[in-house]
Amino acid sequence: MVVANNYEMVCGLEVHVELQTKTKIFCGCTTEFGGEQNTHVCPVCLGMPGALPVLNREVVNYAIKAGLALNCEIAEFSKFDRKNYFYPDLSKNYQTSQFDLPICGKGGLEIEVEGEKKWIGITRAHMEEDAGKLVHSGETISTSNESSVDYNRAGVPLLEIVSEPDMRSIPEVLAYLEKLVQILEYTEVSDCRLEQGSVRFDVNVSLRPVGEIALGTRTETKNLNSFSSVRRCMEYEVARQARVLDAGDKVIQETRTWDEGRGVTLTLRSKEEAHDYRYFPEPDLTPLVIDREWVERIRKTLPELPGARRARLQELGLSAYDAGVITQAKALSDYFDAALIHYGDAKALANWVMGDLTRLLNSNQCQVADSPISPERLAELLVIIDKGTISGKIAKSVIEEMYSTSKDAQTIVKEKGLAQISDEGALLGIIDNVLAANPQSVEDYRAGKDRAIGFLVGQIMKATKGQANPGLVNQLLKEKLA
Amino acid sequence: MATGDIEKSVSELHELLAHKDISSTELTQTYIDRIHNLEPDLQAYLMVLEDQALAQAAEVDRKIAQGGVLSSLEGIPMAMKDNMCTEGVRTSCGSKMLVNFIPPYNATVTNRLQAAGTILLGKLNMDEFAMGSSTENSYFAKTRNPWDLEYVPGGSSGGAAVAVAADEAGFSLGSDTGGSIRQPAAFCGVVGMKPTYGAVSRYGLIAYASSLDQIGPLTKNVRDNALVMNAIAGHDPLDSTSVPFEKPDYTKFLVNDIKGLKIGIPREYYGEGIDPEVAKGIQSGIQTLIDLGAEVSECSLPHTEYAIPAYYLIATAEASSNLARYDGVRYGYRAESEDVLGMFKSTRSEGFGPEVKRRIMLGTYALSSGYYDAYYLKAQKVRTLIKQDFDRAFEKFDVLLSPTAPTPAFKFGEKSANPLAMYLSDITTVPINLAGIPAISIPAGFVKGLPIGMQLMGKPFAEGMLYRVAYTFEQNTNYHTLKPSMSREVLARGSR
Repeated sequence: MVVANNYEMVCGLEVHVELQTKTKIFCGCTTEFGGEQNTHVCPVCLGMPGALPVLNREVVNYAIKAGLALNCEIAEFSKFDRKNYFYPDLSKNYQTSQFDLPICGKGGLEIEVEGEKKWIGITRAHMEEDAGKLVHSGETISTSNESSVDYNRAGVPLLEIVSEPDMRSIPEVLAYLEKLVQILEYTEVSDCRLEQGSVRFDVNVSLRPVGEIALGTRTETKNLNSFSSVRRCMEYEVARQARVLDAGDKVIQETRTWDEGRGVTLTLRSKEEAHDYRYFPEPDLTPLVIDREWVERIRKTLPELPGARRARLQELGLSAYDAGVITQAKALSDYFDAALIHYGDAKALANWVMGDLTRLLNSNQCQVADSPISPERLAELLVIIDKGTISGKIAKSVIEEMYSTSKDAQTIVKEKGLAQISDEGALLGIIDNVLAANPQSVEDYRAGKDRAIGFLVGQIMKATKGQANPGLVNQLLKEKLA
Repeated sequence: MATGDIEKSVSELHELLAHKDISSTELTQTYIDRIHNLEPDLQAYLMVLEDQALAQAAEVDRKIAQGGVLSSLEGIPMAMKDNMCTEGVRTSCGSKMLVNFIPPYNATVTNRLQAAGTILLGKLNMDEFAMGSSTENSYFAKTRNPWDLEYVPGGSSGGAAVAVAADEAGFSLGSDTGGSIRQPAAFCGVVGMKPTYGAVSRYGLIAYASSLDQIGPLTKNVRDNALVMNAIAGHDPLDSTSVPFEKPDYTKFLVNDIKGLKIGIPREYYGEGIDPEVAKGIQSGIQTLIDLGAEVSECSLPHTEYAIPAYYLIATAEASSNLARYDGVRYGYRAESEDVLGMFKSTRSEGFGPEVKRRIMLGTYALSSGYYDAYYLKAQKVRTLIKQDFDRAFEKFDVLLSPTAPTPAFKFGEKSANPLAMYLSDITTVPINLAGIPAISIPAGFVKGLPIGMQLMGKPFAEGMLYRVAYTFEQNTNYHTLKPSMSREVLARGSR
């Protein structure tokens, strides 16, 4: 895609995902977010002298699961390495990570932008420990009189997923990220709470003249934590690089940082200042050997992934769009599937889930997992509509009532006397009264004005407070007027 | 208690305790008195835990009074090198950097010795961060060799060797990364075991070089050594490099019989730099073993000459990373500065001594981009070749034998001006750490009044075989019973 002035952008991403294991990667401390400063710590994650790491096997399980969901090869032999650099949030002044033998090798995922499908390659994914957090007394490190370090996050397991430089536009980047996060959520390896920093993005961007094969010089912007930051950062960076190239200058290979407030990227360090991480194999941990049986055991725990779910829903009669909306988030998709067990008309169910249910949840800022209307109860409501106990119109007020009172549909219908009037005798009496009161309409109808019947039906529904069975009313009315 | 009791071995003291001939409190008090008498001259201890030790002893005595059965180390006073963490007790690693560091946790060996009922007398001097061969690199004190106060005790576990040699402790624990248990044991005339890598947990041992470090006992005789190994060896889930092996009762190997055992003498360990008198002393030890029925022949470990450079690349590379955590942020020494980077720099400039800095710089260089392949990676390949040398030798031999060190103890200052000369004296010990195999140093005679040590090397987890040969040698020689004259003089002074 041509982004500006005949340049094509090339983008690759590194995504750091916190794995939602209960305990940290190398010790037994909780991974729970928040908590009073330095309360989720022990000698191991504080890097105290003599303390040693022990690999949490659950982290390996999660990494294998994510790798399989992202179509990656799972390495039979992988190891940990030390990445050495000094920073106060790093309790040992090295990060235990994986360098040349990561747990996940080549993989990838398919994205779709404006109907075009495209495969985005994944180079690798590796396990590592998260660092702590600096807490500054002022706005930034340079304007603060003092800073403290909170090591609660130190040692929380991360999976770093590195993509190939396969993306050529911002929509492609966003589609990749959305798909990636969706898969990680579906596999439940991460809660993907972006607002808590559980997913962080490093964006590598370069420009090259359209038609050029050689890659341009790239910049890496680190530590973005929302899709909108990624989008804005890339818009800025692409425009900046285009300006530099237009002016006949060269883009400098460097690491940049995103200033969210000002909406600009800034130089963090140049290539010359780049860290020499002095990687070497972690001598405190033994190499990780993953036999194929282990991989297969994890493969069996893989849930149906979003792509497969969408296809299944389309087979059940949903449009591609509806299937996409339902499967966007795992929670909604799980809700839908749970309701589907009790009510078979997928199309009708989708309308209610995407319509009234979503509207009620949104207006009450409620997560679907916490919905006061369970999937079974929503299904029940749809069943009594189909049986003719209530009309679709009445059902709309019943679902409101279900949401606010947490009662089931049958109870509400009974308590409020909302059941449809399907008794012919009762309806005939009402019809007679309405016809007597509206002779003009009766005449119009008989004179061939079909529309007049709509008015008469409306009057009957009004007289029954909407409870008359509309199909039966139509039928009886036509017989009367024939 | 009788004046001579303090010279007794752990197993002898155990008998005295079990038969109520002495109490643990008496025994502990005797050691404390002796420490007070000798320390002005020896300076083996960085910290003496008088009250804590007496309280622990009182507890053991209560158990004895109640008729409880004592296990073999129960009530025995001992001491530990100051790089093993002791909860609530300052653990300095011989460095200014940890001058105020009080660990909130125990090393696994500390827990195991506590569970065995031993009495911790105190923490022992060492070269800073275990880097050195003379204990001269300690930030705190110069530990002297009890055989001659003008001489170094060896290192880095100098305090641990001296405390045992001068009867300031029933036994001690040291750590050995390139010879740091065996060389001081040889210099001070005691028994020192460097176990197989992975046999003893490293949890709570302040790391120098993680892939080489191993904790082991220093004792008055071989039996004591086996008894301490019984207490400290075995798998530990807190140390991923600890091996889940079936731990034997090491005392089962203590038989006075080596008939038919095959002993190899690697010729490369007798190269240039070896003191001819040391070679002669070891030769006479070899003759003793031949007389006892061992089949001795020469063998070759062809890559030995590359062991020193490989060791000083791997050990320093790991050290450069292991010691990065000492930055003043979380614990230990902190220098004041304007900003974080300044604090890091000043803390490390002021907190580390010259040898530690030298090794951090060496190791940082060896790992640097562009040099990694030429140094670190090549050193790892050499390490593999050295391992293979040993594998091949052990196809033919039950144990290998060499002098523990090329010379007896040297004088203070003799080598400290020339780090390279100091490094080269490790030639007989570092290959063992690179290969991860066990080796023991036992007293094997004297050269000009100073002890020399014989080193026995074995297959991985063949500590038992080493104990068997060492025990047989000990049963047929008297070197281990000889005591430094200065300690006898002071002992006499103390008893007046």
